[in-house]
Amino acid sequence: MKPENEAAVQFPSLSANEAFARQLAAAFAAQMDPTLEELGDLKTAVSEAVTNAIVHAYPDSIGPVSLRLRRLPGNVLEITVKDRGRGIPDVAKAREPMFTTGGAERSGMGFTIMESFMNSFSLRSAPGKGTMVRMRKKLTGRGEGSCKP
Amino acid sequence: MQYTSLLQDKRLTILLSGEIDHHAARETMEAITAKIDVYLPRRCVLDFGGVSFMDSSGIAIVIHTLRAMEELEGELWLANIPPQPMKVLRAAGIEKLVRLGAERSPA
Ligand SMILES: Nc1ncnc2c1ncn2[C@@H]1O[C@H](COP(=O)(O)OP(=O)(O)O)[C@@H](O)[C@H]1O
Ligand SMILES: [Mg+2]
Repeated sequence: MKPENEAAVQFPSLSANEAFARQLAAAFAAQMDPTLEELGDLKTAVSEAVTNAIVHAYPDSIGPVSLRLRRLPGNVLEITVKDRGRGIPDVAKAREPMFTTGGAERSGMGFTIMESFMNSFSLRSAPGKGTMVRMRKKLTGRGEGSCKP
Repeated sequence: MQYTSLLQDKRLTILLSGEIDHHAARETMEAITAKIDVYLPRRCVLDFGGVSFMDSSGIAIVIHTLRAMEELEGELWLANIPPQPMKVLRAAGIEKLVRLGAERSPA
């Protein structure tokens, strides 16, 4: 599917970039005229995905995290978050509510929230190579306003 | 993140504000635990009125605070929760564990 607009950034896995990433997603989505609730959902999903890359992908080091935003036909926003960290050995297990390897500071609800706040969600991971999360959400918008070059 | 707290009749209210994410979580958790350890309240109220964003890191904070209050045989209430944090808390089924109060509509 050819995007009508897109943006991509890469940043190091520093926790200060959690806020940066969700604000960037919100700024990109603004042109799609989301409702306040949709904007909250997007920011939450981005925060979860990027936090996972920061906390779990590189537990003892700093590594690259990439965020790509694409506006697809039908006012659909696609968010892709990728890292080149340690990967997930059992993806089905990781997606279960309350499952966490992060101890008392984590809730194990990140994937559950991404899945329920977005319309589609896919997770791919290879141990030792990295993880990719791709999510899409159709925004209500006003229908018109496709981007003109 | 700033924390103001009020103590009245063994009831400790902690006002949370700003964005609660992983970046802010440890500090918030420590600040809450420190106040509970000092005041030994019978009831702790976390007031979310000033929270502009919260992700699942906030769930861990709530559960951690709940454990601390259970140790004192006290109770935890959550108050003034704006819609976005409320949606995150509900996604985790927190309403089954703790009493939740939605944001007061402005008078
Ligand atoms: N990008 C990632 N790289 C490596 N492991 C991950 C990644 N994302 C998630 N995980 C694993 O999946 C588990 C569940 O993630 P999540 O549902 O977000 O809960 P939490 O972050 O609270 O642990 C994590 O505890 C971790 O073991
Ligand atoms: Mg997570």
